Amino acid sequence: MSLLPILAEQDPGELVKGLTAVGRGIVYGGAAIGPGIGIGIVVGNAISAMARQPESAGMVRTTMFLGIAFTEALALFGFVLAFIVAG
Amino acid sequence: MILGLEFPPISHLIEWPDIFLKDTSFAVNKVVLIMWVSALLAIVLFVLGSRKRALVPTGVQNVAESIIDFVDNSIVMETIGPDGRKFTPFLTTLFTFILFCNLWEVIPFVQMPANARMAMPMTFSLLVWLIFNVVGIAKQGFFHYFKGIMFPPGVPKPIYILVTPIELVSTIIVRPLSLAVRLFANMLAGHLVLVTFAVISAALWVKGVNLVILPFSFVLLVALTGFEVLVSFLQAFIFTILAAVYIGGAMHPEH
Repeated sequence: MSLLPILAEQDPGELVKGLTAVGRGIVYGGAAIGPGIGIGIVVGNAISAMARQPESAGMVRTTMFLGIAFTEALALFGFVLAFIVAG
Repeated sequence: MILGLEFPPISHLIEWPDIFLKDTSFAVNKVVLIMWVSALLAIVLFVLGSRKRALVPTGVQNVAESIIDFVDNSIVMETIGPDGRKFTPFLTTLFTFILFCNLWEVIPFVQMPANARMAMPMTFSLLVWLIFNVVGIAKQGFFHYFKGIMFPPGVPKPIYILVTPIELVSTIIVRPLSLAVRLFANMLAGHLVLVTFAVISAALWVKGVNLVILPFSFVLLVALTGFEVLVSFLQAFIFTILAAVYIGGAMHPEH
């Protein structure tokens, strides 16, 4: 069973709305993959650094937040772009 | 309409009708009022805090001194160093103002972070962009500053073809853009998440069909409100510390 005949029967306005929603989902979902992995790596390494040297926890925490901020920026660009797509 | 749930369009959540000076460029709406009140609160906090100057701080003075101490110790000293102390007043102002603007997100009957509109984060980040570029040019001289940006030391010569455009674009364009978008998108996302769970809770309460699952969405709403307080602090902190890192990078070039 093909999807195209079903799509062709729909009202074009509704179809555009639906496809826009799908596009937004893909944009944000795609943008969130890399930063998700990246933040995991940043925080994981920060935790092992803190566990090895608890006395340097303060410095590591500051650097960790910086690393998260830089990594997270890409996901946030995706979030904003999801609203701009077909805005 | 999703499963009988009417979710308001996004323009209803962040666009507010004008109150004064309607239909002009200087129209005043809820976000502008929030910004004014935040600025006023920050001014009152520091004026009241610096009036008595007791040796052992109490009350308002204690709060004001802890904020300054926090910015001085964990932002300026960690990123710029002792000669960055002259930026402590600017960074403290930035931190306090952004924090107060963010915290309106969870205060009942207001519940709108002023930073969820692009205008304010953009102004902050343009200010930071101007300051770190001016500081870099004043400290190192125009050509030396741009040479430091475009030709970072310790890179093999042929790689400069690749590195120079990337570094130039990332310093001049991506830095202010990501600084503004980070604050804006975090506050907007937090606002939307809170609205989503509030709408779900309200719809379940009104319809009364699913009183079994209502507690879950309501508990999550309360928990996320607490989380958003944390995010407000964190975003104010991150914005300030990144501003400090950029200023520090302009003051102390790599050798």
